[in-house]
Amino acid sequence: MLWYLVPSVIMFAAGVYGFCTRKNMIALLISLELMLNAADLNFVVFNRFLFPGSMEGMVFTLFAIAIAAAETAIAIAIIINIYREVGNTDINSVKQMKF
Amino acid sequence: MGTTLPILILAIPFTMFLILGIGGVKMSRKLAGTLGILANGTLAVLAYIVAFTYFFSGDAAFIVDGVRQQVQVFDVTWLAFTERMVVNIGFLLDPICAMMLVVITTISFMVHLYSWGYMEHEPGFQRYYAFLALFTFSMLGLVVATNIFQMYIFWELVGVSSYLLIGFFYKLPSAVSASKKAFIVTRFADLFMLIGILVLSYYVSNTPADGPLGGASAFNFLMLNSQPTNVLASTLGATFMSGSVLTWAMIFIFVGGMGKSAMMPLHIWLPDAMEGPTPVSALIHAATMVVAGVYLVARFFPLFCIVPDSLTFITVVGAITAFYAAVVACAQIDIKRILAFSTISQIAFMMVSLGCAYNEPIEGVHYSGLGYMAGMFHLFTHAMFKALLFLGAGCLIHAVHSNNYTEMGGLRKYMPICHWTFLFGCLAIAGIWPFSGFFSKDEMLAAMFNRHWFWGAWMTMVAGLTAFYMFRMYFMVFWWEENPKYKQSGHKPHDAPWQMSLPLIILAAVSLVAGFIPFGEFVTFNGEPYHIHIEPQVAATSLTVAVLAIALATFMYAKKNPLPSKVKNMWPGLWTAANRRFYWDEIYMFITHNIIFNIICKSIAWFDRHIIDGTMDGMAAVTQWASVKIKGMQSGSVQTYVMWFFFGAVLLAAVTWICIL
Amino acid sequence: MFSNFLIWFVIVPIIMMAGLACCGNSNMKAIRTVMVSCSTVLLGMAIWLVCEFLRLRGAGDTSEMLFTGSWMWYEPLNIHLAVGVDGISVLMLLLSAIIVFAGTFASWKIDPLPKNFFLWFALLSTGVFGFFISIDMFTMFMFYEVALIPMYLLIGVWGTGRKEYSAMKLTLMLMGGSAFLMLGLLGIYWHSAPEGGQVTWNILEIAHNNAVDPSWQNLLFCCTFVGFGVLGAMFPFHTWSPDGHACAPTAVSMLHAGVLMKLGGYGCFRIAIYLLPSAAQELAWIFIILTGISIVYGAFSACVQTDLKYINAYSSVSHCGMVLFAILMLNKTAMTGGILQMLSHGLMTALFFALIGMIYGRTHTRDIRQMGGLMKIMPYLGVCYMIAGFASLGLPGMSGFVAEMTIFFGAFENADMFHRIFVIAATCSIVITAVYILRVVGKLILGPVQDEHHLQLTDASWWERLSTVTLILCLAGIGFFPNWINETIQQSFTPIINALNAAI
Repeated sequence: MLWYLVPSVIMFAAGVYGFCTRKNMIALLISLELMLNAADLNFVVFNRFLFPGSMEGMVFTLFAIAIAAAETAIAIAIIINIYREVGNTDINSVKQMKF
Repeated sequence: MGTTLPILILAIPFTMFLILGIGGVKMSRKLAGTLGILANGTLAVLAYIVAFTYFFSGDAAFIVDGVRQQVQVFDVTWLAFTERMVVNIGFLLDPICAMMLVVITTISFMVHLYSWGYMEHEPGFQRYYAFLALFTFSMLGLVVATNIFQMYIFWELVGVSSYLLIGFFYKLPSAVSASKKAFIVTRFADLFMLIGILVLSYYVSNTPADGPLGGASAFNFLMLNSQPTNVLASTLGATFMSGSVLTWAMIFIFVGGMGKSAMMPLHIWLPDAMEGPTPVSALIHAATMVVAGVYLVARFFPLFCIVPDSLTFITVVGAITAFYAAVVACAQIDIKRILAFSTISQIAFMMVSLGCAYNEPIEGVHYSGLGYMAGMFHLFTHAMFKALLFLGAGCLIHAVHSNNYTEMGGLRKYMPICHWTFLFGCLAIAGIWPFSGFFSKDEMLAAMFNRHWFWGAWMTMVAGLTAFYMFRMYFMVFWWEENPKYKQSGHKPHDAPWQMSLPLIILAAVSLVAGFIPFGEFVTFNGEPYHIHIEPQVAATSLTVAVLAIALATFMYAKKNPLPSKVKNMWPGLWTAANRRFYWDEIYMFITHNIIFNIICKSIAWFDRHIIDGTMDGMAAVTQWASVKIKGMQSGSVQTYVMWFFFGAVLLAAVTWICIL
Repeated sequence: MFSNFLIWFVIVPIIMMAGLACCGNSNMKAIRTVMVSCSTVLLGMAIWLVCEFLRLRGAGDTSEMLFTGSWMWYEPLNIHLAVGVDGISVLMLLLSAIIVFAGTFASWKIDPLPKNFFLWFALLSTGVFGFFISIDMFTMFMFYEVALIPMYLLIGVWGTGRKEYSAMKLTLMLMGGSAFLMLGLLGIYWHSAPEGGQVTWNILEIAHNNAVDPSWQNLLFCCTFVGFGVLGAMFPFHTWSPDGHACAPTAVSMLHAGVLMKLGGYGCFRIAIYLLPSAAQELAWIFIILTGISIVYGAFSACVQTDLKYINAYSSVSHCGMVLFAILMLNKTAMTGGILQMLSHGLMTALFFALIGMIYGRTHTRDIRQMGGLMKIMPYLGVCYMIAGFASLGLPGMSGFVAEMTIFFGAFENADMFHRIFVIAATCSIVITAVYILRVVGKLILGPVQDEHHLQLTDASWWERLSTVTLILCLAGIGFFPNWINETIQQSFTPIINALNAAI
């Protein structure tokens, strides 16, 4: 089990690190997806090793993947719109909604 | 006597004030003037009827066994502070009140008539008559007061009408500041009077009094005066700074009188008050309002007698003021100022006379009536001849358009009526037989000599000074050298129209004969008649001094000669100081303007704006500063939030772990 | 509920607001019709109420409050809408009605957004009337807040000068006061129950129970007195007053100085002193010092101001200090004087602010150094200003004299040295008042004309005359015939004095 969890932790840490440091919105989105996928992986792994009799973890993962897809679509749509308005995808250039 | 006449006496001038004050703008001058004069004539007649009834009817209500009674004609509740402190508005008829009614209405009527000519071309004629009516109302209310609080009410009202009339020419800054000064100085004095009343009424209302007036209001004159020692036992017992409370209360009340009567050091407003129209000076600042202080002392005389220290205080204040004002009057140029200082000096005379009316107890009698009677007599005669002098001065000013005698000179040929009446006034004030001033002044000096030779001698000297400066003015105005301007301008000065001359003649006649009125039969401190007998020694001394002073004035001023300027140059410092009234105004100016206004008021205003307000603003500023400082945390940047969140989660995990372990 | 007469004092202003809401935005005629008719109705109601009250009292009705009514509002906290009036509240209602009436005419030509102005104005009067008829502490507090909030917008939108700053300052300081007040009221509420009884907001019941623990009273007294004292412009919480008044539009200044500041004094004796008598006996000296300072300090500050409204605002600090000072003297005569001073100051300051508004509307300056000789140009306003000045400096025949004298003579009944010193300091204010009033009159009204352009200005119009004459008549009315008011007030103080005497 450990062999599955370690990559998941690495993925999650990479996601957090990327989310905190990158300026590009696309990169942020990718980092977000990394964290999400790490969580998905955990679901599957715990389901498989701890509760082999039930399927909730698997189902929940599928559900999360679907949501993530929709969310990504919306996020990309917003990013494209911001790109049209501002001219780049730098997170710091969108300040109008601040304060 | 019914209540109709007394009520009318108060109602007529007040109604006239309302009519002229509200409707005056729409009236013609003629209508307003006629209304004012008619109303005042009626008023004078009514007042004469009241006084005549009081003195001569022999009615049992007014005179019992030859003793004149004090009668409260009516007395209605106006405001009840507590059960014992009830303010009434009423009408108290007694000898001094009846006398004052006559004086006020007579002079007021004369002034109304005179103003008809004097103010003819002034704008605001209607307003002027309205103010005169207001003044007459308030002064009458003051003298008929049944209690000290009513007196205080009308005391304030006369102050305001005086303010309005001094500032009548409101476009002149000097008139405005003079009126302001008059009001504020007298208000300052009234503050003391108020404190005096507060103290007095507090002690009286908390002492159960016996006798028929036992339950009366603590302000009531009759109650206070009738059984003083019982009522005031508590005030005599309680002490404050080594004087009994009553002494302090009476001195404080007297300070109010000092303000109105322009005693030193509160005299500074009266000379400036001459900025008002001259008839107003005659009415208010010579004959009636300024003697309110004397009237106050006379009204409270029994109380003052319980605490002789207060009477000594009055005597000293009066003596100093009389001398000071007489000296200053010798060095003035403005004729109205000379008359103003002479008024101050004469009122101080009355004060000294009242102060000297007390004698050491001889066979149980604590006070002698002479000084009291003489003071009141002088009040009466002085009102007449001083009004005459002021009205005469008004004629002069009307004729030459200047207040200064340097612009006059040799006027006796041009203005004979004015000249003769003015001379009568001067003779009366100098105390020459048979003019009225002689009789009243003689009685006063006799009273002072009775008290102590020093006061008599001191005031005789003042009387000599009076004769000197009055004749100095008389000669400078009517003799000396004819002013060349009369001939150059082609506009020769001439006697005034009849409306102005008639009052002069009437008043001159009164000044001539008033001395023969057996005044002691009518007005005394206890209502019993006092038989006047002229004391030959005193009369001879004062007459000699007066004649000598007049002779000196004649020698110096009758013709143009260099002697006056020589005398002046002999003591230039003294002359300048006297001319500048010994710098009292400058001292006051320094205290009020530099100390109170610039230091106290400005620093308080600064303190308010910068410290108090600064604290409030500072609290707001600190709040705002703090919010600016922490608002950076709410950056809107999700990445920062995630960092906080992540570290927070790690921290929580760590804490949980530690706790579990 | 609607059969109770008092409740109509709240309903009529609400109807007024509804009526205004139906008017067109700039249909001045309709707006004025609604305002004038409703304020006249209110004035008529107030006069009728006074007459009826005096009649009932004359007929021997000695209950503490008349016209009482009480309706449950929120049961879990025992909040009622409880109304009732005694002699003092009746007079306060009359005062408010007079000033609303005069204020309507004083803002005849308000610009811009006349409809919205009058809407807020009506809301403000709802709060004021509601406050005076309530005898339930909670509704009282609610109406108090209702009266405060419109002030922010009225000053912020229709004001002049640094209006946003002043509006914010005023609102924040008064809200700060409200916070203390709420604390105090809650404290009284929680301690209001007698042994085993129910807690209540009703003032009469609380006074009757007299259950507030003495150890708590001191704290609660400070909270409530400071809370109301802020509105009563007590030193050192008075600084909202000069700035607020200086920037407020005319009618708002009138209503604020005339009525709203009276809410402070009214609350002080109705709640702080009446409900917490033993604390009042014990702690009055602290507030006597503060109010004594207010009186002299306000008067001295007024002496050097150059802006007409600042002069008046500081003079209000001094006069309102006198109100609280009198109330703290804790005897019947002085407290009666305090109420008289409230009435007198309300009318007089309203008159002053109305006149200043009128003068400012013509000359476009409030700086006394730039004006002079207005008597020549606009004699009517000049005369009115002098009358207001005389009322302020305590001329007999005007209400100010009656009020001040009653206060002094009442306050002097307290025989110890501490009280004496402060009473004498307070009496000194009459001289300082004379100084600053005459200074303004001398510079502004009298003297030579300062500015040639002013010569073309016109005198008062009919609505301005109506507004000022109403106020002057009331001032003179109290000044000439004070005794019926005096007796009405003295009678109403009996329960409060009894409570105080019982607490010694």
